[in-house]
Amino acid sequence: MKYTFGYSFWLIFFFLIPILIVLSFSFMQKSLYGGINFSFSLDGYKSLFSVSYLKILWRSIWISLIATIFTVLLALPTAYFIANSKLKDFLLLLVVIPFWTNSLIRIYAWIFVLGNNGIINQIISKVTNHYVQFLYNPFAVILVIVYTYLPYAIIPLFASIDRIDKSMIEAALDLGSNKVKAFFKVLIPNIKSGIVTSTIFVFIPALGSYAIPDLIGGKNSKMIGNEIVRQLTVAKNWPAASAISAILTIFTLIGVLLFVKQAEKGEKR
Amino acid sequence: MTPGKLSKILTILVLIFFYIPIFIVVVFSFNNSKSPVWVGFSFHWYKELFFNAFDIWHAFFNSIFVALLSSFVATSFGTLAAIGLYWEKFKSKKYIWILSYLPLIIPDIIIGVSLLIFFVMINIRLSLFTIFVAHTTFSLPYAMMIVFSRLQDFDKSIIDAAYDLGATKFETLTKIIIPASFPGILAAFFMSLTLSIDDFVITFFVAGPGSTTLPLKIYSMIRFGISPTINAISTIMLIGTILLSVSMKKYLKYIF
Repeated sequence: MKYTFGYSFWLIFFFLIPILIVLSFSFMQKSLYGGINFSFSLDGYKSLFSVSYLKILWRSIWISLIATIFTVLLALPTAYFIANSKLKDFLLLLVVIPFWTNSLIRIYAWIFVLGNNGIINQIISKVTNHYVQFLYNPFAVILVIVYTYLPYAIIPLFASIDRIDKSMIEAALDLGSNKVKAFFKVLIPNIKSGIVTSTIFVFIPALGSYAIPDLIGGKNSKMIGNEIVRQLTVAKNWPAASAISAILTIFTLIGVLLFVKQAEKGEKR
Repeated sequence: MTPGKLSKILTILVLIFFYIPIFIVVVFSFNNSKSPVWVGFSFHWYKELFFNAFDIWHAFFNSIFVALLSSFVATSFGTLAAIGLYWEKFKSKKYIWILSYLPLIIPDIIIGVSLLIFFVMINIRLSLFTIFVAHTTFSLPYAMMIVFSRLQDFDKSIIDAAYDLGATKFETLTKIIIPASFPGILAAFFMSLTLSIDDFVITFFVAGPGSTTLPLKIYSMIRFGISPTINAISTIMLIGTILLSVSMKKYLKYIF
């Protein structure tokens, strides 16, 4: 107990209490100059029932879903290949380097390549005198989310594939299964928890992303994170910002719980 | 096509996807022009970065200072907590684990917003101090879990043996448990360091005027006019990342 004291105290004081404050602020009244009046009100939540906000919510969900599906579909074969490769350590290092590279630099690299003044457009404009707008739409946001979070998906998948007993797959092959069948019937069910972990690691930060839609997305690709910041800074509406934060937090927790439960069931079977 | 072949092709494509944009940025950091058209080789943007970019260096030293301090605190508290959770018997363990998983699950932006509102409420001025507090907070659970996974690796009977041979609790801690978990402690420290230097979103909320970190500086440079100086910084940071990753290779297994 005494060893964990400093740790628990810090997390309670600087994590749990601030989160609880935000949850409670979502039920308070907005004060005239941006702060909070300490009286109960549902205005924070009511202000969210607008078409523009629901659009942003829906857009955030579909952008994150598509990005997560692509990320996991790319990560699975990559992790599988790395785990079975003789160059395992080296390939893993090649995945860890982008994982540890500053995320703003990775966003910047795409702006440098695909931006209106970017390298590809410099070439296109030389030839045709026009430029193509690659960025500032939801698909550019999806591309950069996939790019940013792909290592987050590969690493847990690699860990779970690496951990399973290779002889199981060999046994399946000996017993007459073909490679494709062994992959789907033996490997996939055994790495369910890895798939769940990597899905969570991609979907949640994608849903809450701020920098990517802010720098790569246009007016039509703003996400929940951008709306929270707008409510805090431009609209100075703390209850609304808190209400969005509360909804995002609750969504996240329910999602994680359902997903983990489902995976546990699958693994026990 | 067999899964083996398909996965090989996809892995190669993924690696190309990872490295092409970064590679282009590195190449163009040596370009002798402001626009992304190759004109000729030059160190112009490096000279610019080293001699004419005081504000970037200011942000850089802020980042390093906060990263070292928050990693030190996070690793110390995290290590003690890992030892406590591994070694001691007490009732609230389950709650400490839940408290450790929550910051990993809850989106960064929520942590940023809630800390901002918290600091404003208790009247603490936003500064490097608030950034330090925020970074320590999000590094703590990672540090604890990395050290904990290392502790699980070694044989508990060594501890019993130490007791049998007459070691006190304190001696066992300082002479056996801490040295044995040292690779984990080191991995935890480096993980916290990288998390802190990399963080943008949480820092964005809790930074005040004059307490800009490197990611915040890069963000404002991207927003308000791109100069190829960013290519030079990116290249240098990339080299730093590669060196760090290579030297940490041995310890990677404690991180994942």
